[in-house]
Amino acid sequence: MTMSTLIAERHPSDPLFRADRLPHIWCPGCGIGPAMHAYAQAMVESGIPLARHVCVSGIGCTGRVPGYLNMDSYHTTHGRAIPFAMAIALVKPELEVTVYSGDGDLFAIGGNHFIHAARRNVDINVICINNFNYGMTGGQVGPTTPMGARATTAPFGNYEQPFNLPHLAAATGAVFVARWTSLHLRQLKQAMLRAMKKRGFTFIEVLAPCPVGFGRPNDIGDAMEEMTLYREGCVVDPAAPLDSLDIDLRVKDRPIVLGNFVDVERPVFDPLAMMRPTSEAENNTAVAGKTQEGQ
Amino acid sequence: MKGEPAVLTGQHFLLGDHACAEGALAAGCRFFGGYPITPSTEVAEWLARRLPEVGGIFVQMEDELASMAAIVGASVAGARAMTATSGPGFSLMMENLGLAAMMEVPCVVVNVQRGGPSTGLPTLVGQADVMQARWGSHGDYEIVAYSPASPQECFDLTVKAFNTADHFRIPVLVMADEVVAHMMERVTIPPAEAIPRVERKRPRQGPGGNGFLPFKADDDLIPPMVHAGEGYRIHFTGLTHDERGYPAITAPAHDRLVRRLVDKVRQKAWEIVEYEEYRLEDVSVVIIAYGSTARSARRAVGLAREQGIAAGLLRPITLWPFPGERVKKLAERVRAFVVPELNLGQISREVERFTSLPVLGVNHAGGAMMPPEPILEAIREVAG
Repeated sequence: MTMSTLIAERHPSDPLFRADRLPHIWCPGCGIGPAMHAYAQAMVESGIPLARHVCVSGIGCTGRVPGYLNMDSYHTTHGRAIPFAMAIALVKPELEVTVYSGDGDLFAIGGNHFIHAARRNVDINVICINNFNYGMTGGQVGPTTPMGARATTAPFGNYEQPFNLPHLAAATGAVFVARWTSLHLRQLKQAMLRAMKKRGFTFIEVLAPCPVGFGRPNDIGDAMEEMTLYREGCVVDPAAPLDSLDIDLRVKDRPIVLGNFVDVERPVFDPLAMMRPTSEAENNTAVAGKTQEGQ
Repeated sequence: MKGEPAVLTGQHFLLGDHACAEGALAAGCRFFGGYPITPSTEVAEWLARRLPEVGGIFVQMEDELASMAAIVGASVAGARAMTATSGPGFSLMMENLGLAAMMEVPCVVVNVQRGGPSTGLPTLVGQADVMQARWGSHGDYEIVAYSPASPQECFDLTVKAFNTADHFRIPVLVMADEVVAHMMERVTIPPAEAIPRVERKRPRQGPGGNGFLPFKADDDLIPPMVHAGEGYRIHFTGLTHDERGYPAITAPAHDRLVRRLVDKVRQKAWEIVEYEEYRLEDVSVVIIAYGSTARSARRAVGLAREQGIAAGLLRPITLWPFPGERVKKLAERVRAFVVPELNLGQISREVERFTSLPVLGVNHAGGAMMPPEPILEAIREVAG
């Protein structure tokens, strides 16, 4: 057997990215990049033509994701990606609309839109990169920062109870709810595929290292150490009670529970539902161009 | 989906708010995202029934932040989209109004003005949002704001607002006030084919070609608009961006972009500006009034003339751009200007920019329609 040199001139995912925008703005060790790649792969495998995928974001490090993807992409204002995306999905129901944004954007400034879009069961996917802090502005405390964790605006440690995001999403009406990490890319991609196949409001939380904003002040050495934490500390348990999914990275032996927790059916938001024949409205297949695929 | 047609051709006795709604439908608006707020709620209520009848989408949003974001989203997907609100909601819409300006996304916002600041006078008239209309969102941008003085104008100017928005790729405001919005008058709706329609400029080349620059403007400084799902793989951002739509965080890129966004409207201001003149032919005192106050001003002109004072009325139909050139021209042959408005001096400041003649404000903070008498008093005062 002889040694051969393999030079990859092209990556299969190249056409999915705007190569002329590189290098990206993310720090070394950031978890957003791998999660973005999982989304790109899921789009290819979804069988939905790329021209029918739309990505919408708010503001922050994760808000930059759509700008690097070679697709119809909208980088909107802080917190407002969901209503913007909802309107696109209503005007063009044949499009597969995904909101890709961060924990602060979606759950602090944008929290109201999240719960109402979930309640309505708007036909969009929401992917939230949760890195436990405001990364772009330099490591401030946020609605997902674990209690006790230090941040530039919580110098003595965070004293606020953080959100348990899967629990919140399920309680407010999401029809698909999952949590993975930027280490569990295969499972993450599968969850994204499921979300794309599903009609209605889907939610995927992606735990991701932010070694600069969150790791450094919290004695997590670097991204490798946070990834190790995910590898050693995560358990996959889709049947776990939703109220048990709180995260505390500082407690070494407390597991982080991952999985696809919710996968249910509920009528999808359709402002014209009351105008349609009863049978059509009940089946809720009236939205043009989209059908429920594989369960 | 049965109901009345989108264009209700004929004579009607309509509330100003309902006339705004019918104007939107006649203009082809097929998406409304809004939040209930007095005194604009009747626009939403009317469209909640009428939009589904014509296959359009009505969504009562969770707040005005979402309403504004939703109409910008609907518009990038290709729909003509509108919201309606009043002072407090208008304040909440300001950030995404700027997003529409920056992303060059056409949309229409109806603001039925009430007394402010804050919750102020929810059910009573005001005209104190006119400077917010001009400057309310952060950063430099140009806005077009129409000021209807009757239900008929609520209809006509809402139609026009959609056309102006689509032509320039900008957000356009219809700055009504509570009196005009809650007034019932005859409204004539023309046949569908007689409703003016200006289409958005669309790309001349299809998707897939190399070198397509979605934010490269033509000589008119307006780039053609690509909609979601058309295959162009377009990027829209509220960040300062280049002709590709990519973020460009430099001083030269910012100056180039913002200057173009401003100039595309400013260089055509003369085409956009509209005003009505009443008895200005031999005038010595010019009243400048808009919205419901212009109706009182008209009466004051008559009263002044009965007393032998040559008064007349210049009624801006566009508050922004302001008909300043017309003021400048009139200033060559008149003695003074009187500016009655339901605020403590906003448009009067704009008038002062165009003349060194006396400009006498007639001001009330709002809560009731301006009566003709204080306007007449001001006319007598400056007529000497």
